[in-house]
Amino acid sequence: MSYALPDSLEEALALRASGDWCVVAGGTDVYPARVETPDGPRGLLDISALRTLAAVDKDATHWRIGALATWTDLINAPLPAGFDALKQAAREVGSVQIQNVGTVVGNLCNASPAADGVPPLLVLDAQVEIASVDATRVVPLGEFIRGNRQTILAENELVTAILIPRSHDAAPSRFVKLGARRYLVISIAMVAAQLSVDDQGLVDSARVAVGSCSAVAARLPRLEAALQGMRADPGLLDAIDGSLLPELSPIDDIRASASYRSDAAVEIVKRAVSDCIERIS
Amino acid sequence: MNSSVGEAESRVMDFTLNGSPVSVSGDPGARLSAVLREQLGASGTKVGCDAGDCGACTVLIDQQPVCACMVPIGRLAGRSVVTVEGLADNHPQGKALRQRFLQQGAAQCGICTPGMLMSAAALLQENPKPSVSEVEDALGGVLCRCTGYRKIVAAVRSAADGGDDILDSDASVGQRLVRLDGADKVAGVDRFGDDLAPSDALQLKVIRSPYHHARVEFGNLADYVERHAGIELVLTAADIAGENAFGVIPAFRDQPVFADGEARFQGEAVAAVVGKEESLRALDQHEFPVTFSELPPAIDIDAAQMPDAPELHESRANNVLTEGLVQRGDIEDALARCDITVEGDFTTSFVEHAYIEPEAGFAQRIDDRLEVYGCTQAPHMDREELARILDLAPEQIRIRPSSVGGGFGSKLDLSFQPMIALAAWRLNKPVRVCYSRPESMRSTTKRHPGRIHARIGADRDGQLQAMSFRAEFNTGAYASWGPTVANRVPVHASGPYRMPAYRAQSRAIHTHCAPAGAFRGFGVPQSAVAQESLFDQLADALGHDRLAFRISNALSTNDLTVTGQSFEQGVGIRACLEALQQPWQQALAETADYNRRSFGKRRGVGVASCWYGCGNTSLPNPSTIRVGLTRAGKVRLFQGAVDIGQGSNTVITQICAQALGLPVEHFELVSADTDLTPDAGKTSASRQTFVSGKAALLSGVSLRQQIVTSVGASDNATLTLDGDNLVVAENGKTQDIKLAALAADDEGLVFAAEETFDPPTSPLDENGQGEPYASFGYGAQIAIVEVDEGLGTVKVCHMTAAHDVGRAINPTLVEGQIEGGIAQGIGMALMEAWLPGRTNNLHDYLIPTFGDVPDIDIILIEDSDALGPYGAKGLGEHVLIPTAPAILNAIRHATGALVCDLPATPDRVLAALQARSAAT
Repeated sequence: MSYALPDSLEEALALRASGDWCVVAGGTDVYPARVETPDGPRGLLDISALRTLAAVDKDATHWRIGALATWTDLINAPLPAGFDALKQAAREVGSVQIQNVGTVVGNLCNASPAADGVPPLLVLDAQVEIASVDATRVVPLGEFIRGNRQTILAENELVTAILIPRSHDAAPSRFVKLGARRYLVISIAMVAAQLSVDDQGLVDSARVAVGSCSAVAARLPRLEAALQGMRADPGLLDAIDGSLLPELSPIDDIRASASYRSDAAVEIVKRAVSDCIERIS
Repeated sequence: MNSSVGEAESRVMDFTLNGSPVSVSGDPGARLSAVLREQLGASGTKVGCDAGDCGACTVLIDQQPVCACMVPIGRLAGRSVVTVEGLADNHPQGKALRQRFLQQGAAQCGICTPGMLMSAAALLQENPKPSVSEVEDALGGVLCRCTGYRKIVAAVRSAADGGDDILDSDASVGQRLVRLDGADKVAGVDRFGDDLAPSDALQLKVIRSPYHHARVEFGNLADYVERHAGIELVLTAADIAGENAFGVIPAFRDQPVFADGEARFQGEAVAAVVGKEESLRALDQHEFPVTFSELPPAIDIDAAQMPDAPELHESRANNVLTEGLVQRGDIEDALARCDITVEGDFTTSFVEHAYIEPEAGFAQRIDDRLEVYGCTQAPHMDREELARILDLAPEQIRIRPSSVGGGFGSKLDLSFQPMIALAAWRLNKPVRVCYSRPESMRSTTKRHPGRIHARIGADRDGQLQAMSFRAEFNTGAYASWGPTVANRVPVHASGPYRMPAYRAQSRAIHTHCAPAGAFRGFGVPQSAVAQESLFDQLADALGHDRLAFRISNALSTNDLTVTGQSFEQGVGIRACLEALQQPWQQALAETADYNRRSFGKRRGVGVASCWYGCGNTSLPNPSTIRVGLTRAGKVRLFQGAVDIGQGSNTVITQICAQALGLPVEHFELVSADTDLTPDAGKTSASRQTFVSGKAALLSGVSLRQQIVTSVGASDNATLTLDGDNLVVAENGKTQDIKLAALAADDEGLVFAAEETFDPPTSPLDENGQGEPYASFGYGAQIAIVEVDEGLGTVKVCHMTAAHDVGRAINPTLVEGQIEGGIAQGIGMALMEAWLPGRTNNLHDYLIPTFGDVPDIDIILIEDSDALGPYGAKGLGEHVLIPTAPAILNAIRHATGALVCDLPATPDRVLAALQARSAAT
């Protein structure tokens, strides 16, 4: 099996364009997938040497999470309150061992319905920066992931970064994960929420996303619209019910029944929103 | 451009390992864990899953803990790797961590210990004074199936204070002697099943059925071998020289080494390919010339009992493997006379043993003998079975157990051994195998799922009068220990209580699932769920305190058990329950107080008991232990009871030393090896301390008598060893025995004794009446849980465990058994369900992690047993039995929600909460 360890993005993209590669960054999804399948003909394109992609930094309008930034890098980065949900999610990804090598971008590229990084990034209106030899494009995260384990990434492309508008820096955000044990657990369901209020104490922006309850984690536009303009106090929670979550289509699987997921999703949405309200007041 | 692209074999990678530069060549995409183990001789790094699910392979790369199984070595140039072997020299707290793990009993089997130590080292580097929750957060990525985690947390926190103090070396019975095989475990040099094979060993890969039920036909196998360079042999059923059947109970021997024409469960072996490692790695199993034609399966007991269900074994009508019955009194009449009765239906799931060490070993032929190394719980049984399969004499086979990285019952059965034995015999080359995690989970035995109906009645004063009980168990495709489960359950289903009228029936039913076999408790944890849950309903209906109800019905000395047996001593259940009174009252008060203040989360308290017969049920069950003195002045103990982490190496030595009257420091341990150690039976049925321990006591006494008699001294003499001079002192007079001057036997012993103990039992009659065990152990546990009423999640907040162990030979090891058993009980109660074909890894199949096992208060009751060594009884299985029912009872106490189907996952608990609301 061939293996490549390019030390520049240009070289990595050239390789990507020239052959059929399995891209490995942190390796925390690639290696588990190989337990039961023999080494196939695809070589490993190890992008871990592209250190310029490891940074978490910002410019005037956006935060930029480089393709090699690990969960640990994210936890250690000085990020504003808007990123609290994402940091909470980071601490719940697998274990310290996983967080130390697993990358945020890899979490998106793997496109698991249970990817803990996706709901907080959806809430932050994250965009995905994609490069090929020929071009660079930026797409909204909601368009990047197409389905269970499916993205729009072409065979000749690499994700280079996640971009997050700085307009979401200040509003508090929360993440709630529901699993059947304390550590090392794949989510039954998880929620990220971010709320901002105007000077009257009314919600001027609510962004909520739920994972593990549909093939791709989903923002909840109907709920978000319903919360808009409401007073940000605990009374707001009474307005949240299952009818506002039509985007969800949970299934029965080994972790929980579909009906349980429907009930639990409403409950953890309330808890995440409640936590946000608590942090506002 | 500095980077390189190329074929695997052309690359050389340089990095630092434990402070020294190393250079490795080969595939840059290879897992660091594999390269450490196979190329760099650093086999202290263990592999449990290859998927980041278990953390056993944790190493430090540039001081950060990572799973070595997911790191390609190609990216390591210039980086620094520290493994467990380098911990003491490359890390400031390394030595302290090792010492504290050893001292506090934080390592049992030891397979997870390297991962724990490395994670702990990384934590202490950043945080020299971690809190409990900081330790849990940092080590939460490493799974342990033995300890229940609490001793690991304690060890890490105490290592932060340094660890240079001298270990307590008092080894007498009742003292906390550190485990004698522990130093190797914390140093990362203990050798497990996959740590032993010579470097030139061939690999064996098993071809398995992808279907639950299939017809199996092979193409041209000779041609396949011919066409594949590096493949030396293919084995199928046609290659079995002897009988293609094995089984732990001779009358039910039914499991083929390789399925012959018909595969009866998904994952069943149909063939094996043997060749060089690199050839097998590239092997595409889809090219193997086999055709599986899927047949309709019967996956559960209902399907297997349909009139048109496929028959798994010709001789077993309706797919019934066996039935068990215990009855006394007129049950229908007695139930009718009860003032109050309760009844219920309960189900439990397949539970996977999930030891962190997958099945592994190697075999080699030496002339006309065969040596089989690897993890096992039953070396002598393995030898008999292999002889039959290979058509060799048992004396031609030597079983050499490795250290065992957890067993819990599943490593009693053969798995990999016949395949590597046959391959090594045929090829005359060493052959090794290590199951992948999915292979291990797919193909080895499980805990029986049970479906239980029970009805229990009492009089208005709260005295139990009658119990009827019917259990059906899914025993999977082959017999394994199904008959044992079917027999043990009716004997135990009453719990340790007086039950004047009783009828308990059980059936084990074949399905197209992996065989259900032995798992800590042999079906009794399942039956206790039904019985103890119903006891709570009965007590509530009577308006009695649930603990007081149990105390007033607990067995006492001279009471008759449900098999009509009585004991004049050693019935410790009442003492266990009474010891729980104070914690019970305190827990009730604290939870009531919490619930007054809490919103959305409710706490509750539950209690449950256990009893468990030590040793085989009404069957001979001997252990033999040999001990002798060498000319060099060492006491050599031939200790054939396999230590799977529970501590038999240590406990049996402590007992023998006490009986002989010489300190443990003079002992040399010869651990299980069928050429060297007499048969100490299997490590199961909570029998090693009780049965092998008694044999060790008898052999120690016998050796002592020979010694004192040889110089005309009496039993009162004291023995002292000074080099090779054995001093016998009595009444102020000393006599020297110069051991070096004496003639030695074939084993180099100048004095030797060998004794056997077989606990007395009697057969059960057609009503299950008789004396199934020489001794029972008892226990009771309190669980405090917190139920999130919005989500149905359950957190176990605290456990109190009172266990009658007769005598705690080594309290640290006893506590380790209790904490580990409770952890498994928590898993069974709340999260563990193995689903055929769906949960064959450690992220879909969940076992408790650091954050799921609470603090555990332990109360040891020492109601000395007349037969056991120094009064000791078995403990290993008892400890798991009360945990799940105590948790279910606590959930009901907290919320009123009745959960009858295990595991009590959040969806089931929420449904029970909703059903409760609907009912009111």
